[in-house]
Amino acid sequence: MSTPQMTQVEGYNFAYLDEQTKRMIRRAILKAVAIPGYQVPFGGREMPLPHGWGTGGMQVTASVIGTDDRLKVIDQGADDTTNAVSIRRFFAKTAGVETTEKTADATLIQTRHRVPERPLQNGQILIYQVPVPEPLRFIEARDSETRKMHALREYGAMQVKLYEDVARFGHIATSYDYPVMVNGRYMMTPSPIPKFDNPKLNGMPALQLFGAGFEKRIYAVPPYTEVQSLDFDDYPFEVQQWEESCAICGSDHSFLDEVITDDAGSRMFVCSDTDYCRERAQSNREQAQENEQ
Amino acid sequence: MTTMIDVRGVEKSFTLHNQGGASFSVLERAQLQVASAECVVLHGQSGAGKSTLLKALYANYAVDGGSIELRDGKQMVDITTALPRRILALRERTVGYVSQFLRVIPRVPTLEVVMQPLLDLGVERAVCQAKAEDLLSRLNVPQRLWSLSPSTFSGGEQQRVNIARGFIVDYPILLLDEPTASLDASNRKVVVQLINEAKARGAAIVGIFHDEDVREAVADRLVDIRAL
Amino acid sequence: MNSICEQPAMLNSDDWQDMEPLLSVQNLSKFYAPGKGCGNVSFDLYPGEVLGIVGESGSGKSTLLNSLSARLVPDEGHVIYRSEQFGELDLYQGEESLRRQLMRSEWGIVHQHPRDGLRMNVSAGANIGERLMAVGERHYSEIRQRAIEWLQAVEIDASRIDDRPSQFSGGMQQRLQIARNLVTHPRLIFMDEPTGGLDVSVQARLLDLLRNLVAQLGLSVIIVTHDLAVARLLAHRLMVMRRGEVVETGLTDQVLDDPQHPYTQLLVSSILQN
Repeated sequence: MSTPQMTQVEGYNFAYLDEQTKRMIRRAILKAVAIPGYQVPFGGREMPLPHGWGTGGMQVTASVIGTDDRLKVIDQGADDTTNAVSIRRFFAKTAGVETTEKTADATLIQTRHRVPERPLQNGQILIYQVPVPEPLRFIEARDSETRKMHALREYGAMQVKLYEDVARFGHIATSYDYPVMVNGRYMMTPSPIPKFDNPKLNGMPALQLFGAGFEKRIYAVPPYTEVQSLDFDDYPFEVQQWEESCAICGSDHSFLDEVITDDAGSRMFVCSDTDYCRERAQSNREQAQENEQ
Repeated sequence: MTTMIDVRGVEKSFTLHNQGGASFSVLERAQLQVASAECVVLHGQSGAGKSTLLKALYANYAVDGGSIELRDGKQMVDITTALPRRILALRERTVGYVSQFLRVIPRVPTLEVVMQPLLDLGVERAVCQAKAEDLLSRLNVPQRLWSLSPSTFSGGEQQRVNIARGFIVDYPILLLDEPTASLDASNRKVVVQLINEAKARGAAIVGIFHDEDVREAVADRLVDIRAL
Repeated sequence: MNSICEQPAMLNSDDWQDMEPLLSVQNLSKFYAPGKGCGNVSFDLYPGEVLGIVGESGSGKSTLLNSLSARLVPDEGHVIYRSEQFGELDLYQGEESLRRQLMRSEWGIVHQHPRDGLRMNVSAGANIGERLMAVGERHYSEIRQRAIEWLQAVEIDASRIDDRPSQFSGGMQQRLQIARNLVTHPRLIFMDEPTGGLDVSVQARLLDLLRNLVAQLGLSVIIVTHDLAVARLLAHRLMVMRRGEVVETGLTDQVLDDPQHPYTQLLVSSILQN
């Protein structure tokens, strides 16, 4: 369902940012790719959106996007939420690029809160919007100290968070923004995606870029890089599971959202990844038609 | 006879810097030799330096000159020049000091207070406890007090606990700083027995006693401190 | 009051002859301004030894402690530490990562204010467990078991394991800080006025606990205190500091009972007798 290419609006440079800025951000990205998981500071620019609406991801997208790219933007797995729609339109207008809602067709995917269910391919780039890039922040407020902890690989304190979970809830209750170790070296926050998505980061064929607009940090996971979720030997990492299946496509293996359907509290579970759900529903219908014939 | 303590030419003066720098000499060229199985009682007027000498023998006071050698096995160790940890090692197994005052450690029960020096030497707990109980019984410390901290005891009870503690280890050298002061006659007799037992196992003993009867019961030699 | 019979027990004192110092300090100096800091300090600390640094506020005690424990780079001098893992180290010649590694494994630091040494926003169990996790322990049940053992060792009820330190009294917080430090079995502990902020009644308990732990574990300790009673109870040896300089050193009871330097005499005579 790709939309036809729009013409770029007058008065703005391609993809909004000036070329100098893009070069600066690309240098930061290159460094981030070279040191997987390491947070590279960059001179973040003001974007015509408030912080917290994905300005970090947008600056990364603006710096890597080209005229022949096809952009998909998702928010909570959906292509049709306000944030996703406005960012998609922003690039359609300022870069005149083609946009799509299909994961398979996209060359660039800017995301907030989810990794698409459909496995990504080498050549695709997944760009995460990151609110708080520092995984050690909860335990150490000083930036000078967290930098040192990363430099010296002092990550024992990070385990404290998981310890507290098990002590309080009997299991590791952290379910979003679950810390990972990248390439056996740097501790990284995968941004507030559900830990359900963490295994997808490991060895992903696509390039993963992370942009934090407010704290002005960029980090990256190059294709096929090892990404391990922290855990204890006796409390291993586990992802969420549902007893229900998707009410629309019947999927029993994707990340489900609970939807309240009426005032009586009726509810149903549906795939959070709208593109994946539609694709499955469509192939279900085709299957059914074939069977009828 | 083996020489256990060898004091030569010891000088000791005190300078009170905060009282106009007043300085007075207490020991001048002091000499003293004590053999094993010998009990020497220091004699002299109050202020003559008996206690100062005894404290110097324990390295509790520093001296200005001369040497103080204590036997540690086959070796003589000059405690006026030895390193602090060497002196601490000597105090653990070689030289004991018994005064009439107990320094109370809060919360520690009497039995533990008495056992501690022997426990520190790595002796089995049961052995330490048996010996401590024996000493406390002999010194008439009622059994019901053993599990309590001596911090609440009367002065006399504390003193006897301290004596039990002082005799728990069979030190080859024993320094006794008026341990019998203000004890009643029956307990004084127990202390005399303890001293004589220590002497019998070969300990070299230097003591200060005000009671004439104790002095006579234990002393092999009286040494006049002014004549040192 | 004559108190010389009561000396802190020293483990290992048998081996005094062959032992090498754990820490050798050579001409250490750190000055912020003339007279502010510490100058030209040298000493050896042997395994199992407790060294007390005494002196009034501003005498340079804490500056010295920070320089010794790799938290403050000195202007001059060397601190040589014989490490179990890394052999002989000249602390300030080596990498910072090494110093920090020592700090969470072979060393412990007990701060005067528990909040400087504890994480107030995580549970007591996590506070103790952190050092274990920092040295690679990844088995939750094991970490929790060790935390319980150490809570008991410092006389905190095991049922408080999931409470935050902010719910503890001052004395309990200080004992928790000690447990947090000792869980990795360090060899050398630095203490800065560990009883400083506590009520007298609470102090006694803490002192007694410290004294026993130090003897049982054969710890080497450098303890800064202005309280001579604390020094007498814990330290084998004293170093008296005044205006950034060491004015007197020696056996604890010798320094306190027969002080030589005018300043030490003043310090000792200023104590109220009871």
